[in-house]
Amino acid sequence: MSEKKTIVCRCEDLTKKEIVEAIQEGYTDLEELRRKLRIGMGPCQGRVCLPLVKRILKQVTGEKVKQESFPTFRPPLVPVSLGSLAKLKVESKKKKQSKDQE
Amino acid sequence: MNEHADVVIIGGGVNGCAIAYYLSKLGMNVSVFERNYLGSGATGSCGAGIRQQWSTKENTELAIQSVHMFEELSDELGEDIEFSQGGYLIINHTEEELAQSKKNVKMQKTLGLDVSMVSVDEINDIVPVLDVNGMDSVGATFCPTDGHANPFKTTFAYAHAAEQLGANIHTHTLVKDIKTKNNQVSEVLTDKKSVKTRWVVDAAGAWSSQIAKMVGISIPNKPFRKEVLATERLEPLFKAMVISFKDGIYFSQQPEGNIVGGIPIPEQRSGFYELPTFSFIQHMSETLTRYAPALRDINMLRHWTGYYDVTPDARPILGEDSKVRGFVHCHGFSGHGFMLSPMVSRMLAEYISNDKESSVLKRLRLNRYEDEDIDMEQNVVG
Ligand SMILES: Cc1cc2nc3c(=O)[nH]c(=O)nc-3n(C[C@H](O)[C@H](O)[C@H](O)COP(=O)(O)OP(=O)(O)OC[C@H]3O[C@@H](n4cnc5c(N)ncnc54)[C@H](O)[C@@H]3O)c2cc1C
Ligand code: FES
Repeated sequence: MSEKKTIVCRCEDLTKKEIVEAIQEGYTDLEELRRKLRIGMGPCQGRVCLPLVKRILKQVTGEKVKQESFPTFRPPLVPVSLGSLAKLKVESKKKKQSKDQE
Repeated sequence: MNEHADVVIIGGGVNGCAIAYYLSKLGMNVSVFERNYLGSGATGSCGAGIRQQWSTKENTELAIQSVHMFEELSDELGEDIEFSQGGYLIINHTEEELAQSKKNVKMQKTLGLDVSMVSVDEINDIVPVLDVNGMDSVGATFCPTDGHANPFKTTFAYAHAAEQLGANIHTHTLVKDIKTKNNQVSEVLTDKKSVKTRWVVDAAGAWSSQIAKMVGISIPNKPFRKEVLATERLEPLFKAMVISFKDGIYFSQQPEGNIVGGIPIPEQRSGFYELPTFSFIQHMSETLTRYAPALRDINMLRHWTGYYDVTPDARPILGEDSKVRGFVHCHGFSGHGFMLSPMVSRMLAEYISNDKESSVLKRLRLNRYEDEDIDMEQNVVG
């Protein structure tokens, strides 16, 4: 299959070619790539594409990608509507905002 | 190896990279040290908003001048920073707030800003999805030339342009110590190399106090953890950033269509905390759907955190230190350092290279805290 047509991030519609080009341009940190191309910023939060991107990065740069450079997966694990989140019961009391953040 | 640089910049956020660019343009030899990747600090988690409607003169002036620079920046740097001007709509909820807004608008107009008071009936002409009753609004202010840009692309555009002019940018390099001789900066030590220099710029964001401590300076900044929520992509609904000082909320629709925004975390306190809080997600969703009930069925997609570097008067600390010569402060942006970065960085570069100190720079020095009455910035969100 040609690189031009290989979709790596299906949420954000990114091909292997686009990713390889960005790496060659100098975006060699996984986080930099993510912010440049928006890989991993779709509904799956990169669970589908980031392992693949990591492999491509290793292929192109010849270096192992450090585990620490992996982004943190944060809630929600699946998309949830704002309406239901608004009704979440949160344990901690809602205190008034602290003064020092003004 | 005895390396030398005219100026060493600590921190590869938007400010560090912008200063590197303006200094290189002025012919100086610059090294930047970033312990992680470019934009890994506050810059990478920033809300991307660019606003000129402030309550203090310094912030308003710096923001107006920065907007003029943002307008030209993609052309100047040769890379698209995605700057767009959809305006900022500031919602007022009480008569007191309205009175303060009138005062602000008057001051902002004397500085040449295109800004006006908006009546309750006119709010939906600017942002149709808002519920004026749900927001409990009595009016608003609007400035059409406010807007946003992509902080990551702006940082990279500055860095690339600086490198083309000869700047050395070292990522994944931690600054560990700074040496002084007779109260004058002399050398910067990193985990990879050391560089002799007479100028050091502390542009380390929320970690600036650790850098200042290396030369024995204590600064009053405190880190505050902030969270941001992003929804799925939607068709274009509105162009303006909506904010409220009373509720502390801000939100806008990004060019990709996601609605992105933040609000103070209910149980907020200062310090470095990493875990996400459900109270933020709940509070943000509740307030956002109160402002725009039509978004109730829209899905939240992502969430991230970052640190505000907050000073006692919510204004940045800028310029050369009065005790340690060659040590330049560039921090304390208190949640609005992206929008001010073009002008702040250019002014600091001009100071270092030509000894030119603008009056704004003079008023934002660290030693202002020794005075009795400092002008507190009131217009803060997030
Ligand atoms: C959630 C959130 C929303 C925001 N929204 C907006 C907004 O809408 N508009 C706006 O204008 N501003 C906003 N801000 C503020 C803005 O992001 C910051 O003020 C701005 O990005 C600061 O840039 P900087 O370059 O000064 O610092 P940073 O981007 O924080 O960069 C400092 C860098 O220094 C590095 N560093 C630290 N210590 C060392 C060391 N010892 N050695 C080497 N490197 C080191 C760090 O790794 C970091 O990359 C927001 C901030 C947050 C957190
Ligand atoms: S596949 Fe890349 S974010 Fe989902």
